[in-house]
Amino acid sequence: MQGALAVEPSVAPDRSLELATAEVSRHAVRLIAIDPTSDRVALRAFAELPSLLRAGDLVVVNDAATLPGSLRGTTSDGELIELRLSGPVEGNRLEGVLLGAGDWHTRTEHRPAPPDVRPGAELRLGEIRARVVAATGRRVSVETAGGDALWQALYASGTPVQYAHRDQPLPLHSVQTSYAARPWAAEMPSAGRPLTWRVILGLRRAGIEVATLTHAAGLSSTGDAGLDCAMPWPERYELPVRTAAAIERARHDGGRVIAIGTTVVRALEASGGAAGPGVATLRLSPGYRPELVDGLVSGLHVPGESHFDLLRAFASHARLARALALAEAHGLSSHELGDACMILPR
Amino acid sequence: MQIEQQGVVVTGASRGLGRALAEALAARGAKVALVARQLGPLEDVVAGIRNRGGIAHAIAADLADKDAIHRIAGQAHGLIGEIGIAIHNASTLGPVPLRVLLDTECEELAEVLETNLVGPFRLTKVLAGAMALRGAGTILHVSSDAAIEPYPTWGAYGISKAAQDQLSRILAAELASTGVRILAVDPGEMDTVMHAAAMPDADRRTLQRPADVAAKILQMIEDEVRAPTGARLAAPAW
Repeated sequence: MQGALAVEPSVAPDRSLELATAEVSRHAVRLIAIDPTSDRVALRAFAELPSLLRAGDLVVVNDAATLPGSLRGTTSDGELIELRLSGPVEGNRLEGVLLGAGDWHTRTEHRPAPPDVRPGAELRLGEIRARVVAATGRRVSVETAGGDALWQALYASGTPVQYAHRDQPLPLHSVQTSYAARPWAAEMPSAGRPLTWRVILGLRRAGIEVATLTHAAGLSSTGDAGLDCAMPWPERYELPVRTAAAIERARHDGGRVIAIGTTVVRALEASGGAAGPGVATLRLSPGYRPELVDGLVSGLHVPGESHFDLLRAFASHARLARALALAEAHGLSSHELGDACMILPR
Repeated sequence: MQIEQQGVVVTGASRGLGRALAEALAARGAKVALVARQLGPLEDVVAGIRNRGGIAHAIAADLADKDAIHRIAGQAHGLIGEIGIAIHNASTLGPVPLRVLLDTECEELAEVLETNLVGPFRLTKVLAGAMALRGAGTILHVSSDAAIEPYPTWGAYGISKAAQDQLSRILAAELASTGVRILAVDPGEMDTVMHAAAMPDADRRTLQRPADVAAKILQMIEDEVRAPTGARLAAPAW
């Protein structure tokens, strides 16, 4: 593993960048440390995170477990469909997006459109029998018998939502963080994947607190341009009292608040630091200036990807491009099972 | 640790000590997810708890199946919310009548380890992390005096329980600063189906009732002073 490598890579900010996509063991993730106030970039092992932060800093993670949210099934006419859950199970109700025949091997935008379903339509989704109660285009809300049987059937029939960049099926365990709790996430809050217990216990020993919130991270893409341009949709979150207290303590004592993943940024900024449940409607953008969050740990995303624009709330396009050039030069991986970056002012 | 309102997972909950624990915890206001291989007997226990006003949910799964572990955790969290207590009670004797080790097939030993040691280890891996970040939780392993005494013919079972005791101690050491408490409890001899399978000639009148042992285990869960993390406790001596 590389040690600290402080460089000032010279790269034209608009050169096209391409990162590897190989899966990286969560024990071997590398981290590009970006100082948004200077041109300094460093390549580290993610496991060195405790030494990159200061005593009194606060790390906030999203402890939502990832749902087995892809359910393949049929309409009552026998037409093939896939329902992708977009949020948590609410009682006996499932909310999500319908896709037509096929599976994740096909890029979502190339999937056939789903058949038109109306309220009252009966669907069979794996072992789940469901009735449509609301439908707006491809977005549907369905009602099931609920109870223990719904959860048993969901976990027996569902698989994690995944995309065409990976050709092997993702097992449920591969999309969970090491502290996952309630299954609220439609897709993995993947920035937390390299937070092994070695790292978490190391942070604690270094006087850096690790606190949780739960944020119902939704789908990142549906393949329907009209729906995708409005993403992320409003998402539920819950900020525990102990985390609100930790934020107040950190801010009072001059510690920095570091969000593990953009879902944590959304929830923290929406909450304003107040404990309790809420709905995050904030959309991160290059012009957004976080009020509560000082730093961000994220996966690697190149210009052109929508996630890159979220990172621009924390650093300029030019500085991110320099950092990504370093990532490219050292063969770092993008995507949810890849390497990481941290944007934090010194 | 308080029991009321706590989310609890109990494995092997369709009969014997697991059932008694689930019933006692629910009677004290805990929200209990009961895990066992067969859904039918499990649903009977759940229905009984609900009839008495308790909160209980059934999860049919085999602890020895690696793919079942995240399903169990997901279903339990979905049904009862945050999990504060996990009780690893499910276990298997291996082939009965019990055999001396040299007659135990290698595959049989592996199967016993899978259910009694590796399964609980996997389930702890997916439940303890959230507890540790919250700063509170209790993980309780049901052990046996066969973990300590070298009883002839109890080899596969005794080996699995001895290893589970050590698993319990090491977890306790590693998570010492997190607020997660790890316990091992030897319940003593009880009048259960498992006991009858192992020792069919035992005088049942001399055996403890599972409900009485469950009541003691609830006291251990509540009493963090007498039952600190890393402790191995014997119910008959409690």
